[in-house]
Amino acid sequence: MKTFDYTIKDEIGIHARPAGLLVKAAKQLSSKVTVEFGGKSAEATKLMAIMGLGVKHGDTIKVNVDGSDEENAATQIEEFFKSNL
Amino acid sequence: MEKFVGKTIFKGVAIGEIFFYDKGDSTIKRTALPESAVESELEKFQQARTTAQEQIHALYEKAMKEVGESEAGIFEIHEMMLDDDDLIEQIENIIRTQLVNAEYAVSIGGDNASKMFAAMDDEYMRGRAADVLDVCSRVVSVLTGKSTGANFDKPIIIVADDLAPSETVQMDKEKLLGICLRSGSVSSHTAILARTMTIPAVTGMDIKPEWHGRQAIIDGFEGAIYLDPTAETIDKFVQKQAEIAEERRLLQELKGKDDVTKSGRHLKLYCNIGSIGDVALVQKNDAKGIGLFRSEFIYLDSKDYPTEDEQFNVYRQVAELMAGKKVIIRTCDIGADKQADYFNIPKEENPAMGFRAIRICLERVEMFKTQLRALLRASAFGNIAVMYPMIISVDEVLKIKGIMGEVKAELDELGIKYDKNIEQGIMIETPAAVIISDLLAKEVDFFSIGSNDLTQYTLAIDRQNPKLESLCDTHHPAILRMIKTVCDNAHAAGIWAGICGELGADTTLTKTFLEMGVDELSVSPSFVLPIRNIVRDTE
Repeated sequence: MKTFDYTIKDEIGIHARPAGLLVKAAKQLSSKVTVEFGGKSAEATKLMAIMGLGVKHGDTIKVNVDGSDEENAATQIEEFFKSNL
Repeated sequence: MEKFVGKTIFKGVAIGEIFFYDKGDSTIKRTALPESAVESELEKFQQARTTAQEQIHALYEKAMKEVGESEAGIFEIHEMMLDDDDLIEQIENIIRTQLVNAEYAVSIGGDNASKMFAAMDDEYMRGRAADVLDVCSRVVSVLTGKSTGANFDKPIIIVADDLAPSETVQMDKEKLLGICLRSGSVSSHTAILARTMTIPAVTGMDIKPEWHGRQAIIDGFEGAIYLDPTAETIDKFVQKQAEIAEERRLLQELKGKDDVTKSGRHLKLYCNIGSIGDVALVQKNDAKGIGLFRSEFIYLDSKDYPTEDEQFNVYRQVAELMAGKKVIIRTCDIGADKQADYFNIPKEENPAMGFRAIRICLERVEMFKTQLRALLRASAFGNIAVMYPMIISVDEVLKIKGIMGEVKAELDELGIKYDKNIEQGIMIETPAAVIISDLLAKEVDFFSIGSNDLTQYTLAIDRQNPKLESLCDTHHPAILRMIKTVCDNAHAAGIWAGICGELGADTTLTKTFLEMGVDELSVSPSFVLPIRNIVRDTE
C-alpha cells in the first residue's frame, strides 16, 4: 500500500466539482483509493462519501492507494490533488 | 398596492403576472411487496435511475448552452450522485429487506443522504442536501409517472417555496421574467443559476397561493416584491428597466475595448474595492486593474490584529484573481470614521485630523511590518503595488521606505520570493501633500488623489456634517487647481498621478481630467463602462 498526505488548497475544500473529478479519476484505476480525514475514511469512487468527509481549505487528508498498480496510481492521484484541490 | 421585502438573489427588475408554483402533495405511499416481486422492483428502480440520468444529462446540455460550463457542472454532479454506490446499495437494501416499493425506498434513501449533508457544519455542503433531494425526487417522478417542473405558456413571475436547480433550468427562459421564493438560500445553485441567467430574483418572502394571477414587480435591488403596483410605481420601474438595459448595452459594446481617447491617449481605468467579493464586479465591468484596494476591511472584520498569513491569503487571492493586472493595495487606513476596538485609540476631539492611517502605522511599527510582509509575499503571485494613506511630509515617506527596506532584507534572508521592484505610491489627500508634491514625487512611483479627504481638508468642511452639504462644492476651483498641480509635479518627476476618490467617478469631469493630464481614474465598478464611453469619445 502507498500512502501520502495532502493539504487542501482549494478555497471551498473538497466541493462537488473536484469530488466528481476525483471519483472519475479513481474509477480509472484498478487500485483502491481511500481518503482518510477526521477519523473517517471514504473510498474515492464514492461521491457522496467523499463530500461527506467535509474536508475544508487547509485540512490535511491522508490518501491510501492499494492494489496491483499502486505505484503508478499513487503518483496519478497525487498529481490530481495538486492540480485540482 | 402591497410591498414585501426579503433578500436579493439577483438585482434586476421584473414586471408581470404571478404564476404560483405549487409542487402539490409530495408524500410518497409505502406499499408492501410480496417477496416474489423484489427482483422486478429492483429492476424497476434501475430503469428509473437510468431514465432519470438521461433526463439530467439533457438538462446538462441545455444548461451548457444557456448558462455555460461552470454552472452546468452541477448537473454532471447530479448525474454522478445517481451513480453513487452507497446510495444505490442503500435503496436496494431497503427494497430487499423492508419489502417496499421502489419510490418509497428512493425517497427514504434520498432523505438519509440529504440529512448527512444538512448536518454538516459548512454552508456550502448544507446546500448540497437540496441537490440530493432534487435527483431522488426525479427518480421518484419517473417511477410514479408524474411530471416535474412548472409549465406556463406566457411570460410570468414565478412564486414558489423553493426551486430545485433542475426545475429552474427546465423552465423556458424566454418566459421566465422573475423569481420570488420563500426559502431558497442566496448561495443555492438555483440562486447561482438565476444570477447567471440574469433573472431578477428575491427570496425570504412570505408567499401565498392567492398571489397567483396578480400583477407584480420584483425589485431585485431592494430585494422586494410589489403586488398590484400602482401605475406610478410601474412607470418608475419601467424607467429603471430602461436604465438597466442601457447599462447592459454599454457592457456589450464596450467590454474588451481599451480606455483610449480618439487621439490615442491611454487612461488607466481601475476600480476601488473593499473586499474580495468585489473582484467579481471588477471583472464583470471589465476594469483593467484595481486602483484602490482598501485593506481596512481585514482589520475591521477581525477581533484582533490580523496575522501575516491571514492578510497574505487575501492579498494573494486578489492578485491571482486579477491575473497579472495591476492591484494597488492601500495599507491600513484605520482611524477617523473607521474604528476597530482592539486598536484602543483614545477618543479624540477631532478624529478626522487625529491619530489615523499612516500615523498609527509609523508608531506601531510591528503591525505595519506584518502588513508589508504579507503584501510583499503576495507580490510574487501577481502585479501588486502598495499605496500609503494620509501623507503630509517627505520625512514620513522616507521612514516608510526605511521600514520597507528592513522588511525586504528580512525576506531576502529567509529566501522568500517577492517582487523586488514592487511599486510604491502615496495618497495625496492633504493640502500639505499637494503643495510639496514636487518633493514627494522624487521619492515614490505614483500619486493617487483621495478627493474626499482632500476636499474636506481644503474647504474646511466636515463631510459627516449634513448642515454643510450645500457648501461642499466638489467642483471648487481650489480642488481642480490642486489636481492640476499634482499632475504637473508628478509628470515633471516622471511618475503618474491618478484620482481614487468619488470625484474620479464624476462623469461631468472626465474630459476635464483628461485635459489636466490625469493618468489614472479609480472608480466603483459600475462607473467603469460609462467612463470608458466618455474617454473613447474624447479627442
